[in-house]
Amino acid sequence: MAHTAPAPDRLNDFVIKLANVNGTGSASANALVMKAIFRMGIPVMGKNYFPSNIQGLPTWYEIRVTRDGYVARSGRLDLMVAMNQETYPKDVREVSAGGYLIYDSTWPRSTLLTREDITIIGVPLAKICNENFVGVRNRILMKNVCYAGVLCALLDIELDVIRQLLAETFAKKQALVDSNMKAVQLGYDYAKQHLECPLPIRVSRMDRTAGHVMIDGNTAAGLGCVYAGATVGAWYPITPSTSLMDAFKGFCARLRVDQETGNNNYAVLQAEDELSAIGMVLGASWNGARAFTPTSGPGISLMNEFIGLAYYAEIPAVIFDIQRVGPSTGMPTRTQQGDILSCAYASHGDTRHVLLFPANPEECFYLTVTAFDLADRLQTPVFVLSDLDIGMNDWMCPELKWDDAYRPDRGKILGKEEIEKLTKFHRYLDRDDDCIPYRTLPGVSPKGAYFTRGSGHNQYGGYTEDSEEYQIVLDRLKRKFLRAAAMVPNALIEGPGDREVGLVAVGSTDGAACEAMHILARRGVEVDYMRIRAFPFGKDVEAFLAAHRTIFVIEQNRDAQLRSLLTLETGVEKSRLRSILHYSGLSISSQVIVDGVMAELGEGRRPSVTVVRK
Amino acid sequence: MSFINKPKVRHPDLPRNELGLTRRDYEGGMSTLCAGCGHDTVTASIIEAIWDLGIRPEQLVKLSGIGCSSKTTAYFASGAHGFNGVHGRMPSVATGANAANKNLYYIGVSGDGDSLSIGFGQFAHAIRRNVNMLYICENNGVYGLTKGQFSASADIGSKTKKGEENLQAPVDPVLAALSLGGSFIARSFSGDRAQLIPLIKAGLMHKGFALIDVISPCVTFNDHEGSTKSYAYTREHYEPAVNADYIPPQREIYVDYAEGEVAPVEMHDGSRLLLRKLAPDYDPTHRGKAFNYLRDRLREGEHVTGLIYISHNRPEMHEMNATVDVPLNAVPYEKLQPGAAGLEKILKRYA
Repeated sequence: MAHTAPAPDRLNDFVIKLANVNGTGSASANALVMKAIFRMGIPVMGKNYFPSNIQGLPTWYEIRVTRDGYVARSGRLDLMVAMNQETYPKDVREVSAGGYLIYDSTWPRSTLLTREDITIIGVPLAKICNENFVGVRNRILMKNVCYAGVLCALLDIELDVIRQLLAETFAKKQALVDSNMKAVQLGYDYAKQHLECPLPIRVSRMDRTAGHVMIDGNTAAGLGCVYAGATVGAWYPITPSTSLMDAFKGFCARLRVDQETGNNNYAVLQAEDELSAIGMVLGASWNGARAFTPTSGPGISLMNEFIGLAYYAEIPAVIFDIQRVGPSTGMPTRTQQGDILSCAYASHGDTRHVLLFPANPEECFYLTVTAFDLADRLQTPVFVLSDLDIGMNDWMCPELKWDDAYRPDRGKILGKEEIEKLTKFHRYLDRDDDCIPYRTLPGVSPKGAYFTRGSGHNQYGGYTEDSEEYQIVLDRLKRKFLRAAAMVPNALIEGPGDREVGLVAVGSTDGAACEAMHILARRGVEVDYMRIRAFPFGKDVEAFLAAHRTIFVIEQNRDAQLRSLLTLETGVEKSRLRSILHYSGLSISSQVIVDGVMAELGEGRRPSVTVVRK
Repeated sequence: MSFINKPKVRHPDLPRNELGLTRRDYEGGMSTLCAGCGHDTVTASIIEAIWDLGIRPEQLVKLSGIGCSSKTTAYFASGAHGFNGVHGRMPSVATGANAANKNLYYIGVSGDGDSLSIGFGQFAHAIRRNVNMLYICENNGVYGLTKGQFSASADIGSKTKKGEENLQAPVDPVLAALSLGGSFIARSFSGDRAQLIPLIKAGLMHKGFALIDVISPCVTFNDHEGSTKSYAYTREHYEPAVNADYIPPQREIYVDYAEGEVAPVEMHDGSRLLLRKLAPDYDPTHRGKAFNYLRDRLREGEHVTGLIYISHNRPEMHEMNATVDVPLNAVPYEKLQPGAAGLEKILKRYA
């Protein structure tokens, strides 16, 4: 869909999209372009829209060059590189008016697919590559690298930066560096000779990326697991969480091998299914290791019974849910925030769970460490609700920092001496009156032994079917959960806090929400913004909700799950919460939010307290 | 069923093991199973075995799922941690627990419903992983707690108490384990403690996954005429092929045996198993022959018992993962991450 015309000054502020066929090596070419812009000191955002397939289906890569450092999609599109014949008609339509489209002109395209309001640029990429490279596979791969060269010429991307990146990527394989650089140069030279370079949309060196990295959330979370001291990881492969365990394993292979013996200070167990994966995590955590499992929605569904056991028997566990599009198998390679409710109340019976919502890879790292500390301290499962957008896309983030003074908070675990001082050990007795009992580990002392069970138990750890004994434990669990609200990460609030309208978001919608707030301000609509980072909701969340007459809850699911959770778990009046919902599978853009807010409030309309927009 | 607590009084002359502990020190809570339940005999056999092996109670970890059999982990070794998980998923909990601390003894007690129906996947994969644990399947062919439905191990033609006949093929845990690469596979009968106790000892000392399928009749729902898992039927169709005596390290072999009948097998810790072949042509170190022998006898309706198969050549889970000797729950935090300086180095790749 065409959007507004490009603003006059598009220097370091535009969006490119690359339409490819998956399995052709396009992802590396696109990452090369994005990284080059990043290395030129210009903030970038990259999103990979890929199919649940190995080879042959359409895939897109979106690069937003954003001098202001925004991290979300803007909703517009200035330059399309249309390399996929199959999606060409759709790709042509998507370019914003005044934009550009590059296509492979080796073969003619139907004139029916041209547009008057955009500039169409033909480059005979296949022809160039066929003339200069040998072998079918190589020619296909190099075609992508070749358009990277064309983009360098059209957008003013520095070739030296490309050369340096290729040298880093192919470190010891000079032949690959040379052939890739040759393809870049061919594209670059063709563009310089035949096209008007550069385009009005172009880049120019800045210094806004120093001290930053480009990293995906799953890698950052995997690294977080290393730094949290996790030693057991159990999992069943599922998109889009797989790369989290891959990252953990990769880091461990480098950092966790005992120098003297060559043996591993970790175990990664690939389970037969998610039921087994969570069972392993509970077994390991119960036995005193820090353990975790990465999964996605379908895995959470399978894990439910065990999650209830962990809640009731008070066993720590860290569960990463890298959310994807549901319901059912849904669209495995598209993003959504559709598991908020199923995680918050996972399992049958009365259960409520601690959720953490990282908004970017940086938080994936830090909140992972927090998740392990909270799980140990509270003796309960803690969910880290990331999503495909955060987990699998490279985001520009401030460099991660580490405090060497950090030590894991292992919570209330009694050592041998402490156990032996006791008259008798009672697993579920609230000795400290803080709703958290003490636990013991196997192998320490026979006096610390107890029987862990998901069946009815009393505060002494014994089996019970006695109503009162059962309720004592269940009520304490409720109080423990409520107390967790003061222990989880606080919400982040922007704005003075006294504006009439508030925006509320979680997780990866943060970038779009922040940008929307700025755009709205420019249009004269001043709003406050709160990003919730955890459940149970703290007093700060209650206060923000209470202080705003109209609140837009922005989330990426159909059924307004965060809004539901807020109405269930806070005192807010339901009527004050409007929804801005986006659940297409592509990450939300700031445009969607601006449109949603303006539709309610714009053009002189006052906030209404009766209309609920779902 | 009994609700009385066990008296704590102990006779001063009770025999003591090398740790100075009596059998009473290895007991647990009072059983709530039906009087005459085969499972209680298995529990008693476990107590005898761990007492005689001199395992410290706290060095033992007891795991189970859901069902009558899974209740029994509460009835022995009250000085050991127990984990009664969800139905059919004990193997994964055991796997995780074992991953966290390789230095303890793990004993899982399950049943035919828990292992062969709802938990068949986990059972199979724990065998494949060769998790270092003893896994006892108390097999009675019936669901007891839900009052008498067939389980997956019910034989074709076996009848319920109400006369309903089972028409589906049974799952035989021993044949399954043989085909899945099990490294220690045994079958026994709760009515034969002389055979069972040494098998429990050997299974606990075996490095890897040790399965003992114990036919353990359900006196309430599956001990009638027409059942193939009753006491009477089992006694009649019970064919010990190889009995195993467990000899701890440094202990003299003093049993009497006729030449050619006994083969000693060395265990990883220096202990030995004396295999007494009751079927002369049986070879418990040959997977294929063992499989064929069992299948042939099964056709005749015979339960072959004893140490069916043993192999010391398969790496257990920690060996496959090449984990350090220190239990993973005890590796010092300093060894687990490279600190701020290391992080800076790692991030260079992402700049």
